[in-house]
Amino acid sequence: MALSRRAFLAAAALPAALAAPRIAHAQAGAGRVVIIGGGFGGASAARFARDNFPALDITLIERSRSFTTCPYGNLVLAGRRDMNSITFGYEKLAARGVRVVHQSVVAVDAGAKQVRLADGAQVPYDRLIMSPGIDLRWGAIEGYDEAASERMPHGWVPSLQPISLLRRQLEAMPDGGRFVMVIPDNPFRCPPGPYERISMVADYLKRAKPRSKLIALDAKNGFSKQPLFQDAWAELYPGIIEWRGASSDGRVTRVNAAAMEVETEFGEKLKGDVINVIPPQMAAKIARDAGLANQSGWCPIKPATLESTQVEGIHVLGDATIAAPMPKSGFVASSHAKHAVACIAASLAGRAPPSATFFNTCYSHVGPDYGISIVGVFRPGANGFAEVEGSGGVSPRNAALTAERRREHRQLEALYADGWYYSITGEMFG
Amino acid sequence: MKIRFALCLLLFSGGSAVAQAPDTALLIGGCQGCHGVSGQGGNGIPSIKANHSRDEFVALMRAFSANERPATIMGRISRGYTPEQIALLAAHYARPQ
Repeated sequence: MALSRRAFLAAAALPAALAAPRIAHAQAGAGRVVIIGGGFGGASAARFARDNFPALDITLIERSRSFTTCPYGNLVLAGRRDMNSITFGYEKLAARGVRVVHQSVVAVDAGAKQVRLADGAQVPYDRLIMSPGIDLRWGAIEGYDEAASERMPHGWVPSLQPISLLRRQLEAMPDGGRFVMVIPDNPFRCPPGPYERISMVADYLKRAKPRSKLIALDAKNGFSKQPLFQDAWAELYPGIIEWRGASSDGRVTRVNAAAMEVETEFGEKLKGDVINVIPPQMAAKIARDAGLANQSGWCPIKPATLESTQVEGIHVLGDATIAAPMPKSGFVASSHAKHAVACIAASLAGRAPPSATFFNTCYSHVGPDYGISIVGVFRPGANGFAEVEGSGGVSPRNAALTAERRREHRQLEALYADGWYYSITGEMFG
Repeated sequence: MKIRFALCLLLFSGGSAVAQAPDTALLIGGCQGCHGVSGQGGNGIPSIKANHSRDEFVALMRAFSANERPATIMGRISRGYTPEQIALLAAHYARPQ
């Protein structure tokens, strides 16, 4: 850190006008940018700002000292990665000149343009970026609260519950046991994530507990990359996976953690040896408390600049936003981050915002050396965001490829998935 | 690298004549997610840094978008760019001419 923590907090406690070094404002486009949240959105914003806009003074506020990524958590579940390999620290961002503050935010005062921290410090800003992530809707499925999640882990918000809990349960499960997954309706974090999880759990079961079954109960009738996943399940894991959509009574409305039992909409009760509940979600509390969310629980934003439509002067990124057809993915959060930073730099320099193009690439590991992907390029549209016509889409299905090309394609996408993870985490934390 | 950084500074601090510069940084931002911050690639992902002339870079992206070159995701991605955006990417990633 360039400034000692004590000195920074002392400066932060001063009134905004005094705390800002005037000399910095003499530089074209200078200003204090505060980023709340150090995940894919926040960490990418900090790095992009440091690399491209040296006149910006960047403070990143993140309560945790390390960040465990949701991507690649499913590989930990399969026993193909360990937790250390998906956990990162903020030291390198600090070394690049980002002021990293490990504190919880208790309030955002958009009127006074300052953020209050748990230790009482006030952090003034000229522009605020919030990349708050998600909260789980406890109680949205009857009986599924934080206590129930100790027996029926979600493994969907690593700051609350490391994926390792689910991994331990899976390891303790007897061969011939039943793994039950409960999957929510849209919108939710990482649309292909539950299906990659099905694949990775099946990969583990096939190797370690081949007499076991996986039953996935889904609150919707279709999902991301569905034909590709289902082709692969039939090919790689015959007899292991049963997926049930909403129209086949897949929607779970109640759970009983003590009995290790879930109940569907039409009253069928199913027991599981391990039960993974991915509950419905909403924007994280800090965003809702700041008034950024609407009645949906998610944050509406202006497509051209990603500023909140609810509160002026706050840019909102990533999973917390309403940005369909863009998915709630780490890649999109990173893409949002770069655009928001460029808009802020332009605004502080008195220029119009740059034109917006957003990118998404989401790989899923389906088996060893078997990867699939969905890609999208997006621009602001007449009503929200729109995918650029003719671009994007998913990997080709098996039937569209020769046997040789199919093997090569799946292998390459598994390789590129690892490469993507290496590159994007290197960008954020390296 | 130093020269490019200085050029970026110059472009970003300028007026409307160089208003495209943030667009370039943002376009590169899309490539960085997989190809790395400077386009160096790694861990199986090809490097795109200074491997081609500008013309070759543009031709490669055209071949991807027309499905004339085998690809996993680059065909799907390249069709999302305008010719102007491809030209900006080519200017950034191509070998110095």
